[in-house]
Amino acid sequence: MLEIRDLHASVAGQPILKGLNLTVKPGEVHAIMGPNGSGKSTLANVLAGRDNYEITGGEALFDGKSLADMEPEDRARLGLFLAFQYPVEIPGVSNMEFLKAALEATRAAQGKEEWDSVTLLRKAREACKQVDLDAQFLKRGVNEGFSGGEKKRNEIMQMMLMEPKLALLDETDSGLDIDALQTVAKGVNSLRSPERGIVLVTHYQRLLDYIVPDYVHVLSGGKIIKSGGKELALELEQHGYGWLTGGQNGGNDKEDQTA
Amino acid sequence: MSSQAELDNSELDRVIRSEYEAGFTTLVESDTLPPGLNEDVIRVISAKKDEPEWLLEWRLEAYRHWQTMQEPDWAHVSYPPVDLNAISYYSAPKSMEDRPQSLDEVDPELLDTYKKLGIPLHEQEMLAGVAVDAVFDSVSVGTTFKAKLAEAGVIFCSISEAVQEHPELVRKYLGSVVPKGDNYFAGLNSAVFTDGSFVYIPKGVRCPMELSTYFRINEANTGQFERTLIVADEGSYVSYLEGCTAPQRDENQLHAAVVELVALPGAEIKYSTVQNWYPGDKDGKGGIYNFVTKRGVAHDHAKISWTQVETGSAITWKYPSVVLRGDHSVGEFYSVALTRHAQQADTGTKMIHLGRNTKSTIVSKGISAGKSSNAYRGLVRMGPRAENARNFTQCDSLLLGDRCGAHTFPYIESKHPSATIEHEATTSRVSDDQLFLCRQRGIEPEKAISMIVNGFCKEVFKELPMEFAVEAGKLLEVSLEGAVG
Repeated sequence: MLEIRDLHASVAGQPILKGLNLTVKPGEVHAIMGPNGSGKSTLANVLAGRDNYEITGGEALFDGKSLADMEPEDRARLGLFLAFQYPVEIPGVSNMEFLKAALEATRAAQGKEEWDSVTLLRKAREACKQVDLDAQFLKRGVNEGFSGGEKKRNEIMQMMLMEPKLALLDETDSGLDIDALQTVAKGVNSLRSPERGIVLVTHYQRLLDYIVPDYVHVLSGGKIIKSGGKELALELEQHGYGWLTGGQNGGNDKEDQTA
Repeated sequence: MSSQAELDNSELDRVIRSEYEAGFTTLVESDTLPPGLNEDVIRVISAKKDEPEWLLEWRLEAYRHWQTMQEPDWAHVSYPPVDLNAISYYSAPKSMEDRPQSLDEVDPELLDTYKKLGIPLHEQEMLAGVAVDAVFDSVSVGTTFKAKLAEAGVIFCSISEAVQEHPELVRKYLGSVVPKGDNYFAGLNSAVFTDGSFVYIPKGVRCPMELSTYFRINEANTGQFERTLIVADEGSYVSYLEGCTAPQRDENQLHAAVVELVALPGAEIKYSTVQNWYPGDKDGKGGIYNFVTKRGVAHDHAKISWTQVETGSAITWKYPSVVLRGDHSVGEFYSVALTRHAQQADTGTKMIHLGRNTKSTIVSKGISAGKSSNAYRGLVRMGPRAENARNFTQCDSLLLGDRCGAHTFPYIESKHPSATIEHEATTSRVSDDQLFLCRQRGIEPEKAISMIVNGFCKEVFKELPMEFAVEAGKLLEVSLEGAVG
């Protein structure tokens, strides 16, 4: 469902991805690991279509369609979901109102039946429960005054409701304590299905103790330098990224400025 | 108002050219005075409305004083001088025969906007000034509603009617809050006002329904110098809704209204406005100059609350104020002002604390788009007797794009050491991150902007009566169309 071939991309004119290849098939869970500045978050943002993240070469196909010239909302309507590393606050817009707008926009486009308010509320409450968020959070402004962990759980809650075809999780584990990490992992695992692809972008192996990936890729200097099964993550844990990047972190620091 | 605009040119020429001696005859025929302002014009207005001598004298005093006044120039707005002699100061409402006979005769663009706002069909007809049959829905609604108010002893009528039917009330309170020499535009209004609303709520009565100018829409062709007077007697309550959420295509440029509120001891007045006069086109051509004086006096334990949503007018100059005269009185001001294209708004409030333990709250939300300019101007004054007076002010500005401006001009004066004044101000933009979050969830940019702006205004919208709040939200949505990209 996701085919990335020799992808080059730049952020605000600065080249970050330099020939990346990746194929994700339905039902698979891929983990993209790598040191800071290797281009992990750039990949997630390029795929979702953030402004200033530009594809300069190669191609990224989602369900056979090129993402290069597609508006972010159209990618979302095709079923591409990004769980943000730093979820932003939208004061005064309630979570519920936001979800309603998002679901109205995407479900119709995907040929799914529309949910009435009662159904939506019921589903939203269930999703909240799964990620240990009080249903009161549905009434609060989107991420408004949420703690770091609550913001991340809120992202997973949205993902569960939106039932994407392809879920990209950008460092969802960062800043989470172990309990929150387990909660988030439980939510993600509940979404594993033969129809859905999941791409986890993470710096640390620990998330992969709870969400066991089918494939692990190591990104460095804007390319995937090694791919393997779940055991690759454990090896990285033992040896550090220097083991693969020859002592350097292989990054170019740009990512930290733009993340 | 539009009656004048839509007179055909030859008739207008005839009226303008007519000699004054013949003017009166012409007046009877066409019911429109020739343009220009002098004492005779004021006498004609007064005579036309069959007013008592004291009111004519009051108008003339206002006029003489006004002639000594200068148009204010301190506001953060600029506009070419208004030629007050080019305006006709009296124009009777159109007769039923002159109005459009059905919606088919009304500008389709206007109807399209009504549709977007979700205004029911019969209301659309009223708003567009379609002649409605005497047995029509709206009239019967009006009648039931009048009966119900009469039962409660509430007086709700046009101010002309009140002058005839309740002269003692009008004489006692007219100009008691906004004196006839208060400011240039209020002075002009005092001299030439033609109509407006009058409300009286008797002691201890809670008005059984929200009073809305919708119900008086047929009488709403009251001209650019409206005068509204609301008196809430001891311990009473009233909620008054003003304005309509549809654009008024109006060629008259100047709108100088006066609204006076009197909240006697223990009374509460809640006054909500949704203003969407024609703002002019995107280059700043046309549109209404809205120079309005709104003020209320709150006696002991009384409360006055202004809520306004301003999206229209080329220029808005408006500071709904509360004089907290009585001890323990409360004043509130909640405002959303949206400007786009070349609109200019200089709006805010004045909270004048005179009594002890008085309390005021100001929440102002300014949204600027296009190349518009949006200024908040507010005065909080604690008088020498205002022991333990408290004010809280919050002014937030939201910018859309990089060609617009937001300004805050707070004035604070305290003559009592125990007074507490808090002022918070923020300026923000709709961030790319917020927009991207919405778009990543499949929401279109325009819808996203409107959602974000609505969220920004939520604190004010929740002060509006339910239906009004929904309309205000929709209005913002329509006003923001094309604000992105």
